[in-house]
Amino acid sequence: MTTQVSRSVSPKRSVQKSTPSFRQRFGDWAITFLKYGALIVLALSFLLPLYWMVTSAVKNDPQTYSIPPVWIPIPFFPENFVNAWTSYNFNLFAFNSIFRYALPVTVGATLSSALAAYGFSRVRWPGRDVVFYLCIATMMIPPQVTLVPLFIIFKDLGWVNSYKPLVIPAYFGAPYFIFLLRQFFRTIPDELSEAARIDGANELVIFWQIMLPLIRSALVVVALFTFINVWNEYLQPLIYLNRLELYPLALGIENMRRTIFQVGGTRLAYPYLMSVSTIIVVPILILFFFAQRTFIEGISVTGIKG
Amino acid sequence: MESLIQNNPGRFRFRRLTRAETRQLLTGLAFISPWIIGFVVFTFYPVISAFRYSLTRYDLIRPPVWVGFKNYIDLITIDPNFPKVVYNTFYWVLFSVPIGVIAAFLMASLLNTEIKGRSFFRAVFFFPSIIPAVVVAMVWQFLLNAQFGVFNAALQGMGLPTIPFIANPDLAKPSLILINTWAQGSAIIIFLAALQDVPRSLYEAAIVDGASAWNRFWNVTVPLTTPAIMFVLTTGFIFGFQVFTIPWLMTQGGPNNATEFIAVFLYRNAFVNLRMGKASALAWMLFVVVVIFAVSLFKSSRYWVHYSSDE
Repeated sequence: MTTQVSRSVSPKRSVQKSTPSFRQRFGDWAITFLKYGALIVLALSFLLPLYWMVTSAVKNDPQTYSIPPVWIPIPFFPENFVNAWTSYNFNLFAFNSIFRYALPVTVGATLSSALAAYGFSRVRWPGRDVVFYLCIATMMIPPQVTLVPLFIIFKDLGWVNSYKPLVIPAYFGAPYFIFLLRQFFRTIPDELSEAARIDGANELVIFWQIMLPLIRSALVVVALFTFINVWNEYLQPLIYLNRLELYPLALGIENMRRTIFQVGGTRLAYPYLMSVSTIIVVPILILFFFAQRTFIEGISVTGIKG
Repeated sequence: MESLIQNNPGRFRFRRLTRAETRQLLTGLAFISPWIIGFVVFTFYPVISAFRYSLTRYDLIRPPVWVGFKNYIDLITIDPNFPKVVYNTFYWVLFSVPIGVIAAFLMASLLNTEIKGRSFFRAVFFFPSIIPAVVVAMVWQFLLNAQFGVFNAALQGMGLPTIPFIANPDLAKPSLILINTWAQGSAIIIFLAALQDVPRSLYEAAIVDGASAWNRFWNVTVPLTTPAIMFVLTTGFIFGFQVFTIPWLMTQGGPNNATEFIAVFLYRNAFVNLRMGKASALAWMLFVVVVIFAVSLFKSSRYWVHYSSDE
């Protein structure tokens, strides 16, 4: 008995290929030109504020207020960076931002979110998915709703004017990251957990020694995003920190702006503000360049699966 | 795990858990215990508490005084600023979010074409979204300054009249919308990823059927990226209602209350005027509005969101 081998028609066969006419080639070239043109114009517009920030940082007063605007400051004054930074206690502010705020929160949020994500994905228990939906539903609650009561609670605990209200809640899970990490945990086959359980490992050991290392890239994404969000945070420190020595960078620079413009002599006001702004943005720039891939993958995963 | 609900007609009872299932339950609860505790202490209790406070008059110094629904009624009837605040907030949400989403989608589509240096352009478009709000506020305030901001200085240099971007009450919100669109980096990334997930074969089939570029865009690209559009739209609305830092720092809710959004108004009432009860009432109204918006969006998604797979 002979068997017939059927061949599927390759789609390419049905598309006519012919040498493009001059008109077509011109059309293609025009589209390419428009594409790159649009991209370059957009890219320049997006970069303009940053370019303006950096060049203003090294200007002096006449250059700042000149009309028409000075695009390339010559001469320029890099000493503005050092002078602006030291004119206020920015070293302290940076220390606060990094060691009292960003790092503790990053560690706490990553760990607690991973624990919760594990509980929502690698363990079967009745009602698990319902509770999970409740968890992500809480993302809808505007922080303004809990703002006042939380402030009152923390005030009664005596935690106001310290980093405690800012750091401690981070150790109790963040729904956005619980969601993200749960998605990643779900990609690991059940058999791995089963095998480990048969070997006698308890759940905590499985979590710590097997599962966490497997989703390392997702953990990096969570840590990265948390760090940057905390670095940029303004409202929460504004509410809870009243002493200058506690200020993180965001509050520090705002304080600088208010004082500079109150004290009538606004000498080098804008250059100094732009200098400090540039310095504050640099760590994010560096983090971003080193972790660009991870960053972008992290966002796309939540967006598409979400 | 078999169903816990016993299948006896007329009776509704949970069966007892096996030993293994009990262990699983306790383990699961143990792992999510930090979240549960956090949820109760930092979310559930405060949300209920906020409602209680909204029925009082409380300035943090004297004990709270019960006033019933006075805060709500006063806000709706006699508060001189509330109508403006509501208008501003809805204006913001209904303009900035769709504009941002459309702009992000178009830019992502541009990035999705065959171009060299896609990572570079992608990075350029994304970066503004991770700059601290304080810095964004200061830089843009400088940029949009009515005299020597770069735009107006350039206009003056050419002999043209200046544009008082944030000094003019009518231009303040549109200026903020411009800044918001500049910071849509994460939406662009999400859209780009979704666009790249659209199967090539669909485009090829469309070409074979003679579809034009616009046709392909509208009937292949857009429908297949509706899940991502839904996500960006929903999160956009949720965050849009909470906008605070930029208006607070750039315009302080002005000029002439043009940028007094509900989160700004709430902060002012709570921490400047020490009207905690009024602020709590505002917060609950915001909460209800956001939930209505989100639920409506979810319900509507059945009609326009197309999921190509079911997980």
